[in-house]
Formats: sequence, structure tokens, C-alpha cells
Amino acid sequence: MEHHLKTPVPEEEIRNLRAGDLIYVTGTVVTARDEAHLKALELNEKGEAPPVDFKGNGVFHCGPIMQKDDGGEWRVVAAGPTTSARMEIFQDEFIKVYRPSVIIGKGGMGKRTAKACREYGCVYGAFTGGAALLAARGIKKVRDVFWLEELGMPECLWVYDVEDFGPMIVTIDTHGGNLTADVGARVAERRDQLIEEMEG
Amino acid sequence: MIEKMVEDTAVELLRIAATELPVEYVEEMDRLMRETEGSVGTSQMANILENVNIAREGSKPMCQDTGVVAFMAKVGDGFPLRSKLKEVLVEATKRATKEVPLRPNAVDMFKGNTGSNVGLNGHVPIIYVDMVPGDGLELVAMPKGGGSSNVAAHRMLKPGLGLRGVKQFVVEAVAQAGSLGCPPYFVGVGIGGGEDACMKLAKDALLRPFKVRSPDHRVAEIEEELLVKLNELGIGVMGLGEGPSVLDVHVEMAARHPASLPVGVVISCWGLRHAKATISAAGKVEIDRNA
Repeated sequence: MEHHLKTPVPEEEIRNLRAGDLIYVTGTVVTARDEAHLKALELNEKGEAPPVDFKGNGVFHCGPIMQKDDGGEWRVVAAGPTTSARMEIFQDEFIKVYRPSVIIGKGGMGKRTAKACREYGCVYGAFTGGAALLAARGIKKVRDVFWLEELGMPECLWVYDVEDFGPMIVTIDTHGGNLTADVGARVAERRDQLIEEMEG
Repeated sequence: MIEKMVEDTAVELLRIAATELPVEYVEEMDRLMRETEGSVGTSQMANILENVNIAREGSKPMCQDTGVVAFMAKVGDGFPLRSKLKEVLVEATKRATKEVPLRPNAVDMFKGNTGSNVGLNGHVPIIYVDMVPGDGLELVAMPKGGGSSNVAAHRMLKPGLGLRGVKQFVVEAVAQAGSLGCPPYFVGVGIGGGEDACMKLAKDALLRPFKVRSPDHRVAEIEEELLVKLNELGIGVMGLGEGPSVLDVHVEMAARHPASLPVGVVISCWGLRHAKATISAAGKVEIDRNA
């Protein structure tokens, strides 16, 4: 099934998605990697709010290449997904606190994230890893940037207006489906067999 | 001026590496896409190939992670640029960061991103220098992304485990890499030499031309065997279980200490980016976009 989502995405639309579905997102997508997740959660602990509202929006595990054009406006050069597994240590807390609708990345995520997706109505959309120019094509405008000075280009928050950003494959849905984890379990079985059968 | 020529060439190599994936990899992925059963694997491969195409046509980095920059230099006895080579390559890295552009990927743990792909204490960019006969310079630029570098593996095996143990470890390492480093992968394996040397051998192994087997037929057989077995893991394109898992495997071997069996596994994502140039003492530059 193919779905075109508009942010902020209503929770029932998110709960309607199934692992294996293709999604495209139009609206607001904010980049956030290791440092930005940490900082946003630290702010929350201090009772402060980050400079952008993640609620209902896409959170993109991405450290883009950005360049200022002649008019001094930021433009995207390349913006593919980074390895999401690094964010597994705090993604669940992030989802719980900030309630994004779609986590965008590559390589899939684990049990903790899947549980938070189930509880709070969020999905994980896998974008093809390395396909940074395909991704850039869906980004129509750089609306804002925060924490650039402090965290640097790859780690700061870039706020993008996107149009039909995709295709992404839903690999974690709100019903307990986790495609990458399923493949990982099969790979582990094959690994054990191959190791067992290996000859000298 | 030979310095300027080497600097310009190094910038150009970084541009080519970031924007043009060697044609033989593209052709192989195209072939494998046609063999892939299942729409998920096919569409992921199609996305990769379309992206590679846009990069080449627009001279833009195919991936936003333009990696940590490494240069491998073979300096001839008679080549006029010697102790200044490092300085020149550092300058080229700074320039390429602005001109290509490359993403600034050098992070100072105390001060944050240096913004230039250069730093700290002269260690980044990574520069390997070999002294060779002749009067030319062979220069390879190899920027490597973080995702697939993070899934590298290293182990000091008990020598009693022998080559069987080595092969088992490679299977374990690639299975562990799974979906994380943007498969289909290129796998470089270094055996022997010591704890550091095996990793360098493994990285060098990635640079051996595509599908070219080790001249030692015993090692070549291990490469063929691993290529088949690693694909049987069924990781698939992007770890989604369909299509190829591994595009090629190269193994390099050195002698080992009697008590040690060091093994290094260095993995590259589908975007194994590199470019090579030879520069003569007289300043003639030849660039090999596919080497």
C-alpha cells in the first residue's frame, strides 16, 4: 500500500499504516541525530522546550551537506539518512516526550523504539541509505536552522519543508511489525548454520 | 609548480570519489537488480542506481556522508615533492570541503566540528605514504563514510582456530553489520601482521580492483567461498532481506606471530568511493576514475 501523509499527521493515519507500506511525506521534517536528540532531551529535563515543535512531524536521522547560495540562503546539497541504530538509546524517550509521527532513517531500529511507536502512535520509515540526492529532491525549502554554531552542520536541527518526500518503506508500525528485526533474526539463524558448516 | 599540481589533483580526486561511483560497480548492481526477486530489493537497488546517476550528471556527492578523508600515496624516489606532501594534502582536503562540497566530518572531542575535515594533531585526513622506485607519485583518495566504518571488526584469534576460525569470524562480522552499514557491501579482510596491520591490510583489500582475485590461488579460493557464503546470509539490499548482500570480497594476508592470528574486517557500503591519479616528476597528471 502506498500512502501520502501530510504533517502534522493525525494519529489514526499513523495507526493505519502497516510494515511494508510505502509512504511519502509532505510538510515539516526536522533533521536530528545523536547530539540533537541528546540536547533536546536535556532541555526537556530542565523544563525547557527546543526551538522547533516535533509533534506530528517527521524526524529525519540525517546530517546533510548544506551550502549557502549567492543570496545567503541555505540550500540542500545532499541529505540522505544516517544509521538510525545509534539513536536507539534515546529514541523511545524522544518519541514519548516530543510525539513525532514519522522517524526517518536507514538500517532500522530496535525493540525500545518499536515499543514507543506502538504506545505513542509513530512509525519508522526507511529511506534508501546513501540515496542523498533522491532525498534532497523532496526537500523544497530550508525553513530554519537551530544549534548550527554549537553542534555543527551534520548534527544541528535543519527544518525542511518537504513535498512527497520518499519513497520510504514502513519497517516499524504501531502493530508490532518490525521488518528489519525480522530479517535480522533470519540472518542470525543463517549465520549460526554457516559457522557450524564452515570447513577449514 | 609541483605543489599546486598535486593539490589540484588531490581536490579533483576527492570530487571524483564523492560524485562518480566506478562504472563497474554500477553495472554489477544493475545486473544484480535484474536478478533480484521481490519488489523491496528491486526498488532499493533502483533508488541507489538513480541516485548514483543524479550524482554523476550533476557532479554532486552521491551521499551526504562524504566520509573521513584518506589518501594513499606511493612516492617515487625521484618525485620532487616529499616532506611537504602531507601539508599539500591537508590543504587539498580543506579546499575540497568547500569546493565539492564535502560535509565537514572531523570532530574535535573538546571543541566540536572543526568545519574543515582537518584535525586533530595532524591525524586527519589519514595519510599513508609508501616509498617506491621511479620518479612519479601515485595518489589514491578514499573517503569512507561513518556508517560502514562503524561495522568494521577486529579480533585476535587463537592460532589453533586456523583459517576455519578466520572465515567464521568474517561471517560473524558481516552478519553483525547486517542492515547498519548500507548493504550490499564490499568486504576487505586482513589476516596476520599484527593488531594494527591486519586492519590496514583489510582497508587496502577494498582497493584491489573489483572482482580481481588474489594472485595466490589458495587465498582466491577463500575469497570465492566467502563471497558465496556471505550472500547466503540473506541480509539483502539495505538489510531488507532481498537482493545481494555482498558485492565482492578481497583478502590480504601477512605473516603472523606464532602466538597470534589477527583478523581485520573492513566493510564498505555500496558506495565504495575512491579515485586514483599518477603524477610524473615533470608534472603530467593522469587520472583513473575507475581505479
